[in-house]
Amino acid sequence: MTAPVVTGAGESYAAAFDDLSAAAAVPAAAQSVRRAAFDRFASLGFPTTKNEDWHFTSVAPIAEEEFTLLTAKSGDVKRADLGRFTFGATDWYTMVFVNGRFTPELSDIARLPAGVKIRDLASAWSKSSETVDRVGRLASYDNHAFTALNTAFMYDGAVIEIAKEVDVERPIHVLYVTDATAAKTMMHPRNLVVVGRHARATLIESYVSTSDAMYLVNAVTEVSVGEGATLRHYKMQREGRRAFHVGTIEAHQARDSHYVSFSLATGAELSRTNVYTTLDGEGCGATLNGLYMLDGEQICDHQTQIIHAQPNCFSRELYKGVLDDRSHGVFNGKVYVHPIAQKTDGKQTNNTLLLSDTAHIDTKPQLEIFADDVKCTHGATVGQIDQTALFYLKSRGIDRALARRLLTYAFAADVLETIEIEAVREGLERMTLERFV
Amino acid sequence: MSLLVIKDLTASVGDKPILKGLSLTVDTGSVHAVMGPNGSGKSTLAQVLAGNPAYEVTGGSIEYDGRDLLEMQPEERAQAGMFLAFQYPVEIPGVSNAYFLRAAYNEIRKARGHEEVDPLEFADLMEEKLALVDMDSSMLNRSVNTGFSGGEKKRNEILQMAVLEPRLAILDETDSGLDIDALRVVADGVNKLKRPDNATIVVTHYQRLLNYIVPDYVHVLVNGRIVKSGGKELALELEEKGYDWVIEPAGAAA
Repeated sequence: MTAPVVTGAGESYAAAFDDLSAAAAVPAAAQSVRRAAFDRFASLGFPTTKNEDWHFTSVAPIAEEEFTLLTAKSGDVKRADLGRFTFGATDWYTMVFVNGRFTPELSDIARLPAGVKIRDLASAWSKSSETVDRVGRLASYDNHAFTALNTAFMYDGAVIEIAKEVDVERPIHVLYVTDATAAKTMMHPRNLVVVGRHARATLIESYVSTSDAMYLVNAVTEVSVGEGATLRHYKMQREGRRAFHVGTIEAHQARDSHYVSFSLATGAELSRTNVYTTLDGEGCGATLNGLYMLDGEQICDHQTQIIHAQPNCFSRELYKGVLDDRSHGVFNGKVYVHPIAQKTDGKQTNNTLLLSDTAHIDTKPQLEIFADDVKCTHGATVGQIDQTALFYLKSRGIDRALARRLLTYAFAADVLETIEIEAVREGLERMTLERFV
Repeated sequence: MSLLVIKDLTASVGDKPILKGLSLTVDTGSVHAVMGPNGSGKSTLAQVLAGNPAYEVTGGSIEYDGRDLLEMQPEERAQAGMFLAFQYPVEIPGVSNAYFLRAAYNEIRKARGHEEVDPLEFADLMEEKLALVDMDSSMLNRSVNTGFSGGEKKRNEILQMAVLEPRLAILDETDSGLDIDALRVVADGVNKLKRPDNATIVVTHYQRLLNYIVPDYVHVLVNGRIVKSGGKELALELEEKGYDWVIEPAGAAA
C-alpha cells in the first residue's frame, strides 16, 4: 500500500519504511504495530504551530529535511570518547548505542544482579516474550506524530526489567551516542522499562554526540512502575549543536508507586522533550523536575503531563531554565485531575532566568481539575540577573563574568539539589557554573 | 598618608541630588565616624564609595590610594582593598557562604598577583576568622545570608571583612538592628582588624556603636554636606542634644 503524502519529505519516509521492513525484520505482530503506526503518522503529518501542543515550536526544520534511515551498525566511537558523558562514574550498568544500534563492546551489562534483566530490543524481538509484546503498548501515538513515527521505525533500544522486590543500587545508564557517520540520518530509539512490584531502580537515559553533525533523534521510552515501586529516571539531552531531538517518556504508575523524573536539556538546535505520567493507583507520587540551559539560536521545548487518575496521590514539578543570546525556551506543563481523584496534592513551578534581552520563553502551566477536594497550585516566573546581588558579589572583588556564573548556578541550585546521584549532581553543578562565560 | 580624599562630591539617585558637595579626607591609621539624621546622605556616601551603579556621581572627585576611584569598577575597588559592610546584606540562595568567601578571597589574591588557595588551606584560614566574630563553622555551609537573622547577617559582613583584610573598611549602619551582645561582637571584630596602615569609616545614626569603636574624628552629614567635624566628644554631644542644633545653622545658611 502507498502511504498518503505527509508534510514535506513524506515520500522519503514511505521509502524508508519499506527499506526498514526489508532490512530490519521483526515478528509479525510487531510489524503490524509498525505498519499501523506508519499509517497513522502518514495521516497526521508533522504537527504545525496550529496544533495546540506545538503552538510555540515549529518543527518545519525537521519536516523539510530528508533524513535517511540507519539500520545497520555504524560509527567509530571509542570508550575514551564516552568519559565526559558519564560524569566520571565508573560503576554504572551501561548500555551504549552508537548511531542508534546497540554496541556491546562499549557496554557494561555482563554482570547484573539477580532480578535485573537488560537486553537490546533488536535481539529481544527474536525471542518474543511477554515483555517484548508490551513494546508499543504504553505510549499512545494516536495524536502524537513523533511517537507514531518512532513506533513505525522502532527497531533497537533498551529493554530493562527489574523483578519484584529487587533494589538495584547502581544506576543503569542507557547512552545513545552519535558520531559524524550519523550526519543527515534519523534514529528512532525505543526503550521499555518495567519496574516490578516493590522494586527500586535508577535509570539514566543520555543522548549525546561526539560530532556537530546534523541528524534527528526521535526517541520513545515507555515506563511501567509497579505497585509500591520506585523509579528515578534522569534524562540527559546533550545532543550535538546542529541536531534535532524529539524524546517522549511515557510512564504508567501502579498504586503506591513513585516516579521521579529529571530532564536536562542543553544540546540540539531544536529539541522537544515530552514527559508524561499517569498516576493510576492510590498513594502514588510523581516528581517531575528539569533544567534547560540554552544559548545561541537554540530552541528547547518541554511538555509535561501529569494525569491524576486516582485519589490520594501527589505530584511535584519544578522546571528551571537559563536562556542566553537569542535562544527560545518553551514550557508547557499540564496537570489533569480526574473527577475520582480526590485529595490530589499537586504543585507545579516553572522559573526562567533570561541572561540576554533577546532570549525568550513561552511558559504555559495548565491545571485541569475535575475533582472538588484537591490542593493544586501552579506558578511561573521569568526574571533577569538580580542587579543587587550582582553588585554585592562585585563589591567583594568578584568580577562580572564570575558573578554572573555564580548567580546562574545559584538560580539552578535548588533543582540540582534534587538529584540523588552525587556524580550527576556535581557534574551538572559544574556544567551550570561553566556554561555561560 | 591620605588613603581617601573626597572633594566636592555630588551624587544623585535617579533625578534626585543626595550628596551636594561633600569633602572628606581619611588618613591611614584613623577611624572616622560619619553621623547624621535619616536622609542626610550617609548611605549614599557608602554606596558611592563602593561603586553601586544605582548611584550617579555628578561632580567632584574621589582619590583612593593615589588612584581615581570613580574610574574603577566595584570589583577593582575591592581588589584594591576597599570594603563596604552593607546596611542590608544581600541574600544569595544557592551559593554557600564558604564558596562565596573563597571565591572573593581568591579573586582578590589573583588581582594582587598571589596564588589562589585550595579549599583545605582556606578552611584553616576560616577557623581563625570565625573565632574573631564568634561564628559557628556551620554558617559556612549555609547559603549566603539566606535565612540569617539580622545579627547573623551583620556578623557575616564582618567575617567577610576579616577574610578580605581591607585597607579601607566602610561600615554602613552596621549597628542598626543589633542587640548589645551582637554589637559587642561586631565591634570587637572591627577593633581587632585595625592596623596602622588601614582606615575605617563608620557610618551610623547612633552614638552607641562609637562606645565600642572609638573614632578619631566625627563628621556630621546634613543634607548632603558635612556641616561639622570634631573629635569623639562631638558624638556624645549629638547623642545628648540630637541633630537639630547642627541642622538649624545649616538650614539658616542655605
